[in-house]
Amino acid sequence: MSYLPHTASERERMLAALGCREIDELFTDIPPRLRCPQDLGLPPPLRENELWQLARSLADRNQDLDHLCCFRGAGAYDRFIPAAVAALANRAEFLTAYTPYQAEVSQGELQAMWEYQSLICNLTGLDVANSSMYDGASALAEAVLLATGVTGRTTVLVSEALHPEYRQVVETYGAARGVTVETLPAEQGCTRSRETASLTERKQPAAVVLQSPNFFGILEEDTRAIGEFAHAHGGLLILVVDPISLAIVASPGELGADLAVGSGQGLGSPLAFGGPYFGFLAARQEFLRRLPGRIVGETVDSQGRRGFVLALQTREQHIRREKATSNICTNHALGALAAAVYLSLLGPAGLTEVATACWRNAHYLAERLGRLRGVELLFPSAPFFQEFVLRLPGRNPEEVDQAFLRQGFLGPLPLSRLLSDPKWQDTYLVCATESRTREEIDRFIQVTQEMVA
Amino acid sequence: MAAYPQEYRYSKEHEWVKVSGNKARIGITDYAQQELGDVVFVDLPSVGDTITAGQPFAVVESVKSVSDVYAPVSGEIVAVNDHLSDSPELINQSPHDEGWICEVEMSNPAEVDELMTADEYQASVKSEAE
Amino acid sequence: MSSTNQGADGAYPLLFERSVPGRRGVLPPATTVPVAWNPERLPASLRRARAPLLPELSELDVVRHYSGLSQRNWGVDLGFYPLGSCTMKYNPKVNEAIAALPGWQRLHPYQPEQTVQGALQILFELERDLCALTGMAQATLQPSAGAQAELLGLLLIRAHHQHHDPAHAARRRQIIVPDSAHGTNPASAAAAGYEVVQVRSNDRGLVDVKHLKELVGPQTAGLMLTNPNTLGLFEEDIETIAEIIHAAGGLLYYDGANLNAIVGIVRPADMGFDIVHLNLHKTFSTPHGGGGPGAGVIAVTPPLAPFLPGPRVEYDAAKNQYHWRAAGPWTVGRLREFYGNFGVLLRAWAYIRSLGAEGLREVARTAVLNANYCRAKLQDCLEVPYADRPCKHEFVASAREVHRRTGLHAQDLAKGLLDRGFHAPTVAFPLIVEEALMCEPTETESLQTLDAFVDALQQVVHLAYTQPDELRTAPHRAPVGRLDEVLANRHLKLRWLPDPPATGPTAEGPTP
Repeated sequence: MSYLPHTASERERMLAALGCREIDELFTDIPPRLRCPQDLGLPPPLRENELWQLARSLADRNQDLDHLCCFRGAGAYDRFIPAAVAALANRAEFLTAYTPYQAEVSQGELQAMWEYQSLICNLTGLDVANSSMYDGASALAEAVLLATGVTGRTTVLVSEALHPEYRQVVETYGAARGVTVETLPAEQGCTRSRETASLTERKQPAAVVLQSPNFFGILEEDTRAIGEFAHAHGGLLILVVDPISLAIVASPGELGADLAVGSGQGLGSPLAFGGPYFGFLAARQEFLRRLPGRIVGETVDSQGRRGFVLALQTREQHIRREKATSNICTNHALGALAAAVYLSLLGPAGLTEVATACWRNAHYLAERLGRLRGVELLFPSAPFFQEFVLRLPGRNPEEVDQAFLRQGFLGPLPLSRLLSDPKWQDTYLVCATESRTREEIDRFIQVTQEMVA
Repeated sequence: MAAYPQEYRYSKEHEWVKVSGNKARIGITDYAQQELGDVVFVDLPSVGDTITAGQPFAVVESVKSVSDVYAPVSGEIVAVNDHLSDSPELINQSPHDEGWICEVEMSNPAEVDELMTADEYQASVKSEAE
Repeated sequence: MSSTNQGADGAYPLLFERSVPGRRGVLPPATTVPVAWNPERLPASLRRARAPLLPELSELDVVRHYSGLSQRNWGVDLGFYPLGSCTMKYNPKVNEAIAALPGWQRLHPYQPEQTVQGALQILFELERDLCALTGMAQATLQPSAGAQAELLGLLLIRAHHQHHDPAHAARRRQIIVPDSAHGTNPASAAAAGYEVVQVRSNDRGLVDVKHLKELVGPQTAGLMLTNPNTLGLFEEDIETIAEIIHAAGGLLYYDGANLNAIVGIVRPADMGFDIVHLNLHKTFSTPHGGGGPGAGVIAVTPPLAPFLPGPRVEYDAAKNQYHWRAAGPWTVGRLREFYGNFGVLLRAWAYIRSLGAEGLREVARTAVLNANYCRAKLQDCLEVPYADRPCKHEFVASAREVHRRTGLHAQDLAKGLLDRGFHAPTVAFPLIVEEALMCEPTETESLQTLDAFVDALQQVVHLAYTQPDELRTAPHRAPVGRLDEVLANRHLKLRWLPDPPATGPTAEGPTP
């Protein structure tokens, strides 16, 4: 049998040592009436070659982005990933380890996580970071719960321009704890401080949640002012950010955020149909002891040499149980490790080049598309990073998807897929990352032109 | 074992009280700090907080355990030992003196009479250890 | 700055210490579009003052750094990893090879259904197979880990009570967990807004049914239980327990952490459970990744299905097509972005396909054989409570006697094992056993490995009585000596900071 080592005679020897004749004797504590039938309706076992063939054939039933040129983002981005990222992060010593409970034989993972925490602090401009959350959306939900804990309040004010799935996750996590999620309306795709001023005063929220670049790709210009309103009324500012954009865009720390979260997918995780990625969470120092999740700290060993251990474990579920800051146990360390490798390989200059390439590609694309008749840029005056919204009047999403697929493109995301308000009916979120070449962009413009003609 | 000062009073949750006039200084006992191990963090109350006898008012943490500190007497906190923020080890090194946690203006000084004397406490600790 | 993996003071260099101003690693794609970048094109309020402080390294610097770090890390591929409750079994390489195919790796989550039929088929089949193995009706593959699945399970319990008895739902405010439970159980219950009530274990290491009866009532929302429990013992009274909870109107939640002991042998549904979570990174062999990612599937009985999150995959036999079906109106809502940890789900699918039902049953049988074998061999040197009957996939030994006689702790024995080329068992858990050493050998370990482990632990115990100081200061042959956890927690250093404080363009990185 696959993966099971014992020969028949070894099994005999082991049973003999136990004074048993057969393994079933070890299951006498299970009432026989509870035993399930032999045939559970599972498919028969496969040899490795057969499994490989089957998996290959199913993979071939997908049209992946080596065959489709991707202009779709919305929270998952087709990014360049250096080959060294997988080669290092997937080394078996990292891949087949678990949480570093025995620190002395887990120094590789612990140091890598400590360095990761340092990198996230440097990117976000905040003081402390944990060593990963599951994803950006649950990281946000945890940040919101932290804010409600700190302030003793139960309302959060969430920008209308937040990724809708992030909002849904905040609602799920918050519902059980009596957290009310209120909307901070967006105007022309942007969240404005005017709105915030009156709403924060009326609602006295635990936190204001902004995303920048927001779901529509727009960089929120009023972030600092909105944070000031939140603070003036005793609430926190939580920012959801794209880590790549932070090479060129003001950091959450500079903008006055108390907490920053986001998806780490762009930092070296392949798209993989939505996961696994990881979420990052960084905070100002004063919230350190309320952070969820694992945190690695520096120390020394018995000879005085630098080493690393899990720190502040008393926050966590395995010690504080129902009073823990979160129930998180298994995290997404491997994605965080990949991110640390990615950031090390690119360095400050490389990351800046990635960010500026996104910015340039997307702005070139927007400029050209904006010239086409039948294409309307929805928020033409808003500053954006790598995504923007188009209106294609009178086109239905299915038709648009198919038109692009026929030409070898994964075209823009019909916003009606995620937003039910009819105002998004014929709008599309376009994305051009650093992975797109000028030729690809020009061809995409041409296909769009033909479609709207 | 460090001596338990005769002039202090002790609670069964292992806090000590040193009374002077209407004020009481509070800390955890030598026995408690030994059970806890190396203290790495003390979550201190704030001056002005009101504490109630029998209710937790501070938290003392070691690397892998968390213990509530229960108020032996009721009152308003008038001072806290800020040194513990930077040097939580004071609780281990000097539990009955430099490792004090806070001082209260007692609202019901009669509560002190409910607490154990040093001898009574020592006897109760001895039986607990057995 | 250092190009080697040995710093001057014997410490392994940090990424930041290897940095050389101006050095470049991998060059990202260069765009040629005729639009120039200039920070001035961003509104002033949005400009980053300086590029983030990242290390400046060559590709080889980075490769050496992480290759060296990996050599300072223990994993299943290097040796035995009997970390109890974590099921550190072998992670088959073919599953990694499959997951690495571009046909999966290069799929965007928002692609049209027709372009992801293979991926949807994987999700459909995995849900079907996991339902078959648990006896449940429907499952969601969305939760990212066991703890997130627990939170979801508890939200389902809440939704169930609100739906069926809205007038009294608020009264059902308590979740019962055994005193031997994983910390995630009470933490998840609290996260779902419940009070936690602890039911005692009896002198046989099982849920004290009498105590349970005292605890249940109209305030009971449900019970969370792992079976076999964290002592590795099968809860023989499970049917009675289910009856008690159901009679009180509560629901029964199965924590699947220990499913490896009984997969293919007993189904949680047949034991009376209403909700099951599965840790695919445990029973279904997906790698633990140094802490994650995992995946935590939730499977439920028919009455709970309407509350599951969406979307889920459905199959249209007429068209031979798979498609997404959005969550229904009663859903408790979404737990994460997109659909779940697809890469993890795919590996679990491959594992199930490679073994089939018979193979999975053999997995459980062998895991139990291995645990019982180790336990029997260790009983001479360590106390093993509750050894009057077979254990399941794991067992808990107690170093209480060692502690009493030498002052050493279970953790000291653990460090001694590290010196002998073994990862340690889980230490100091479950809380109801003093000086606990929780061993889970898993089915993929050979007789020779088990014998060597038993020998090593016997040596360590012997050492405890003869040269306790040797253990008090262990490990001696690991990459570092015993680490000072007290210092780490008293004087928190949780990130690198430039020293002395950086000024000028070098340490700050170039201006974008």
